[in-house]
Amino acid sequence: MPKKPLNPMANEATPEQVRDHKIYEQWGLTEKEYALIVKTIGRLPNYTETGIFSGMWSEHVSYKKSKPALRKFWSQNDRVLQGPGEGAGILDIGDNQAVVFKAESHNHPSFVEPYEGAATGVGGILRDIFSMGAQPIAILDSLRFGELENSRTKHIVDGVIAGIAGYGNAIGIPTVGGEISFDDVYAGNPLVNVMAVGLMDQAAMQVGQAKGVGNSIIYVGAKTGRDGINGATFASAEFSSEAASDRSAVQVGDPFLEKLVMDATLRVIREHADKVVGIQDMGAAGLVSSSSEMAAKAGMGIDLNLDLVPQREANMTPYELMLSESQERMLLVVTKGQEKAVMDIFQDMDLDAVIIGQVTDDGRYRLRFMDEVVADVDVEFLTNPPKQDLPQTKPQRLLSAHQEQFVPDVVDATATLKQLLAQPTIASKAELFRHFDSQVRADTVVKPGGDAAVVRIRGTKKALAMTTDVNARYLYLNPRIGAKMAVAEAARNIVATGALPIGITDGLNFGSPDNPDVYYELHESVEGITEIAKQLNTPIISGNVSLYNETDGTAIYPTPMIGMVGLIEDNRYITTSFFKKPGDVIYLIGDTQDSFNGSEIQKLQTQQISGQLFEFDEQAEIANQGFVLDAIHAGLIESAHDLSEGGLAVSLVESAIKNNLGIDATFAGSTSQLFAETAGRFIVSVAASNVKTFEALVQNHDVSVSEIGEVTATDLINIGTDQGQVIALPVATAKDIYLHSISEMMKD
Amino acid sequence: MMNKIRAAVISFPGSNCDDDMLYALQDFDIDADIVDARQASLSGYNAILLPGGFSYGDYLRTGAIARFSPIMSAVAQAANEGKLIVGICNGFQILTEAGLLPGQLLMNERPGFICEEVAITVANHQTSFSSDYAQQETVILPIAHGEGNYYADPETLERLEQHGQVVFRYAQNVNGSLNNIAGIMNEKGNVFGMMPHPERAVDALTGNTDGRQFFKSIVNSILSTVAK
Repeated sequence: MPKKPLNPMANEATPEQVRDHKIYEQWGLTEKEYALIVKTIGRLPNYTETGIFSGMWSEHVSYKKSKPALRKFWSQNDRVLQGPGEGAGILDIGDNQAVVFKAESHNHPSFVEPYEGAATGVGGILRDIFSMGAQPIAILDSLRFGELENSRTKHIVDGVIAGIAGYGNAIGIPTVGGEISFDDVYAGNPLVNVMAVGLMDQAAMQVGQAKGVGNSIIYVGAKTGRDGINGATFASAEFSSEAASDRSAVQVGDPFLEKLVMDATLRVIREHADKVVGIQDMGAAGLVSSSSEMAAKAGMGIDLNLDLVPQREANMTPYELMLSESQERMLLVVTKGQEKAVMDIFQDMDLDAVIIGQVTDDGRYRLRFMDEVVADVDVEFLTNPPKQDLPQTKPQRLLSAHQEQFVPDVVDATATLKQLLAQPTIASKAELFRHFDSQVRADTVVKPGGDAAVVRIRGTKKALAMTTDVNARYLYLNPRIGAKMAVAEAARNIVATGALPIGITDGLNFGSPDNPDVYYELHESVEGITEIAKQLNTPIISGNVSLYNETDGTAIYPTPMIGMVGLIEDNRYITTSFFKKPGDVIYLIGDTQDSFNGSEIQKLQTQQISGQLFEFDEQAEIANQGFVLDAIHAGLIESAHDLSEGGLAVSLVESAIKNNLGIDATFAGSTSQLFAETAGRFIVSVAASNVKTFEALVQNHDVSVSEIGEVTATDLINIGTDQGQVIALPVATAKDIYLHSISEMMKD
Repeated sequence: MMNKIRAAVISFPGSNCDDDMLYALQDFDIDADIVDARQASLSGYNAILLPGGFSYGDYLRTGAIARFSPIMSAVAQAANEGKLIVGICNGFQILTEAGLLPGQLLMNERPGFICEEVAITVANHQTSFSSDYAQQETVILPIAHGEGNYYADPETLERLEQHGQVVFRYAQNVNGSLNNIAGIMNEKGNVFGMMPHPERAVDALTGNTDGRQFFKSIVNSILSTVAK
């Protein structure tokens, strides 16, 4: 007699045990939320149901605590085809084309398992892009680590870099840019934010919706295993040093498989767009979030038969199947009767493609397993946990910050410059990003190391500029102004390449929102970003929130990464940041103040950041950007570089060393101000033959522009100030320090 | 007027430079097709190119699974017929795994993937793949690989050198390759592999055109063969 198959659910806790042993609390549901679930569904939720509520109501999936802040984002203008709420945002770039972009964080997994954490971060964000119908064209990253002092941090850096390289290089999407910096506060909470950019024909636009009763839910891609189970809940809690290792919550990536899934998905959209109703990737909270969100957006119900889900391991329970975060999986909704053509394309690539359920009209989220209904709840309720507007308080450090600016001690400016060039935040990261394939697809025009990366759009004259940026030290001293400055700097990077900034994605990395200080920082940051985004006409079209970046009660700096994209209408305007030839005249755009609180020189000389953040002149910033863009479009600019960490002296060096050119410059200010970080400034170089036209253009703009010197053929960086000739540094020495400091620090 | 040159770019599952190669070939007015590695025939092509990427994820060893693709017997047959066979990066690795070129590509001496523009010296310009360069000319070409460290036993290496089969060398050894080898051909001179990516260096807009002579060399070689 054949044995009856064992039901994997046999050993699961009963609904009463879930209640009595408070299993829901281990999964992150509060007492209050559990009580609400019991009351609303009119009975005790079973083990599976409790699990899917815990995933769906986690902060990582539901944004229940950050929503009150996120609602303040400005996300509409005439370019926006798709704002927040879908896999990624979409902007119109003309000629029926659109650019699609979004950022995602993989902070918690990257701390536990740096390689896989970072690799699957890349995989996840790429799925967000191609699920919209777009071909991914570029990856950028924004990374924060502890100081490069101990082997644990170096191990994390190595692992994260190798993980991004391992996934991005193999799938064949270039990693074209990004930024990396180091501060103690990230030692126990590194940040791994990845942004992806895609290109599409507007006609190919897809959304993640489950419309049409009887339409089929098709599961495609990798089989489901026990990796990353309830990872969304893991990402929604703080770390403690005692329980630092939680490897089962980290997923494992397979870029080869994802390339097949990507190519097949894009081919389905190309060839069978009429049959596809919706596409969504399975990211956080895997199958439950992708399926329930698609149903919720369409106002429909869903009925899934879990026995049909392709499985990599034996005896998986419904709880595991629904909350697994196995990678490289997608969910498609396809018109009833049209499934075969779509499934054939995936199966031709040897990928699983299986109908696992149907769209219903009863608004229920129903799961079947071994001939039993194992979950039956309301879709709306499942996907809409009560939002929590939490208390905010202005942190004490902001209330008691000293008002006066730090006064740097610069006795030997050449020595100070050399020290700054060796700072890990300033020194070239080439030693790290050389591991990324930045050129596959053969469209990368401006490669890593410039202000922003530029990728051409083949077959057109257009190109896209893209960058990630944030100086969290500024936000630590003033979250609202610091957030504005992050957006402004991203825009300066974009403008310096000759592009018009057109939109923003964000990665909001903060500590625990349950701490009123942190919640205040979150709100202030969002408001700051929105205020300046409106002025720059760069709507926030997508983003990601990562909270609970705390270990043992110490939070990271408020770190809202800004990812920005710019449009270049004609590729002959593309401008790079380095000087081109001797005799070109160097101009400084923008005024310089004693802006030292939060600066690199303050950190260098006091080992910390303190005081009230220096002033930010928003109007000057916007005027300066407008002027630089006009001058580039008038064909007057040989190079343009924005000023940021380390100030004027550092930017001059960065512009000089690439082509081994010297500088003869005199700055009409104090020697200390060579290192001031006043925002809104650029250095540009202008060919001698264009100087007159350039200076005439200055007259038409309300900007402060001063000639500070010229590019020379000597091998010397000579800089003078009010105090005379203060810097004389051989180009070769500057280059050596700038290029090799990181690899020196990475040595054990 | 003669017909256009026809070239096949083989797409293995996991190839990711197939489109880049296609565009580069088209830029030289070559009639190029992408051919799925699961097909078994390659008739009518003057040149066959195996592009870069991570065929089958390169999970076992680079190129080790791709060499068993159905298309590879057609590639071997075309090689026997004297057609030009070109492997770039992962394509080079597949050609050595398939035994169509001698030696092997090992993990870089200092482990890790590297993407850089490096100086390459033309070691032999009297070949179908380098005739448009000058002898000993130094050019800049992009590299992007983690396993580009060329190895062959001493006798093989000796033979390669004696017969002028080393076509390109790194000016500075970037990955530990013996004799700084960046690209080699077979003794017959019709099968060629190199780690650098000439297809990424054909357009002034993207900053490098040093790969153009590579494609011109191939075109000239095919045209002169056809003329004969």
